[in-house]
Amino acid sequence: MRDRPGGFSLRLVVGAIGVVLTVGGFVWGTTGLHPFGSEHSRYGFYTAHHAVAQRHATNSVVAVAFDYRAFDTLGEEFILFISVVGVVVLLRSLHDEEEEPEEEKLIPEQRRASDAERWLGTALVGPIAILAAYIVTHGQLTPGGGFQGGIILMAAIAFIFLGGEWVILLRLRRATSWVEMMDAGGAAGFAMIGFGGLIATGAFFYNFLPFGTSGSLLSGGFMPLANVAVGLEVAGATLMVVSELVDQRLLRPPR
Amino acid sequence: MSVFPYLVAAWLLGIGLWGVISSRNYLHLIMCLTVLQGSTYVLLLSVGYLSHAKAPIFADITTKSRVTDPIVQALTLTDVVVEATIVAMLLALVIQANKRYGSIDPDEMRRMRD
Repeated sequence: MRDRPGGFSLRLVVGAIGVVLTVGGFVWGTTGLHPFGSEHSRYGFYTAHHAVAQRHATNSVVAVAFDYRAFDTLGEEFILFISVVGVVVLLRSLHDEEEEPEEEKLIPEQRRASDAERWLGTALVGPIAILAAYIVTHGQLTPGGGFQGGIILMAAIAFIFLGGEWVILLRLRRATSWVEMMDAGGAAGFAMIGFGGLIATGAFFYNFLPFGTSGSLLSGGFMPLANVAVGLEVAGATLMVVSELVDQRLLRPPR
Repeated sequence: MSVFPYLVAAWLLGIGLWGVISSRNYLHLIMCLTVLQGSTYVLLLSVGYLSHAKAPIFADITTKSRVTDPIVQALTLTDVVVEATIVAMLLALVIQANKRYGSIDPDEMRRMRD
């Protein structure tokens, strides 16, 4: 604490004000809650019990996120999109500062993964990508959906990184246009689905497609499409963030 | 036991907040923030919980079954996504701060700015 004028103590004061307000708000907010585990939310239970009859979607959480409250999900998706743009803008502004080193110099020997890691990492890419596709396309039927599947799809590519194939990631990084297209295309696609409802029936995000048979792959109207759009956007967005961060680590290793 | 989940949420909120206040490393601070945000998931899911109920997914149960509240579960999904975006932004800011000041200690950075 020698030369920290007001450093930690100022933070304690600001923190104390925050703690008092937070504790007050938390106690005030939770004391009025119903007892844990009791029935209380008519909206929630109405939605749960009618999602199958109204939308032919057996996963009522996805029915809420992608149909009844799809407008909220649109906002959430744009938050994701804008924050990725923010990350890219923050990190890319530095790229002119240094010349891009050659690929070989980027990967010192000690950072190379062992053969076992490389085999395992590469072998897991395919199965995990298939799992991602399954989770995305079955969102309206069983637990899953675009957000979860998109993250899993990104994880498939992260396994390339774990496998030590940094050269591949670097090439990916240099050919980011398709990742950006995935991100932007997914975000735009979800908005387009909303406009589809607007054009077909006059209500934004009205489920304008045929509902199909409950339990089949193409049930729930536009929900499968919306899940695919969101899955692409999430995978593209997280992939961009990961590749930007990996890029920082590779191109500017700590001194 | 009916308040136990709310106590867990309060505990996560408390230690997360304390970590944010007392942290001297921005990476550590971001981790504390994720713990803090974890409390919102616990709170939301416990608000929507219904005892002796199943998940609100009717692939293999009848639509008359007693199920938990899907609305708060969808909200939790939103919450998770928002947290991920915030963490990504903050990590990018930390990288920039480290480049500019050579440190990710908030006090150290303040001294360098002066």
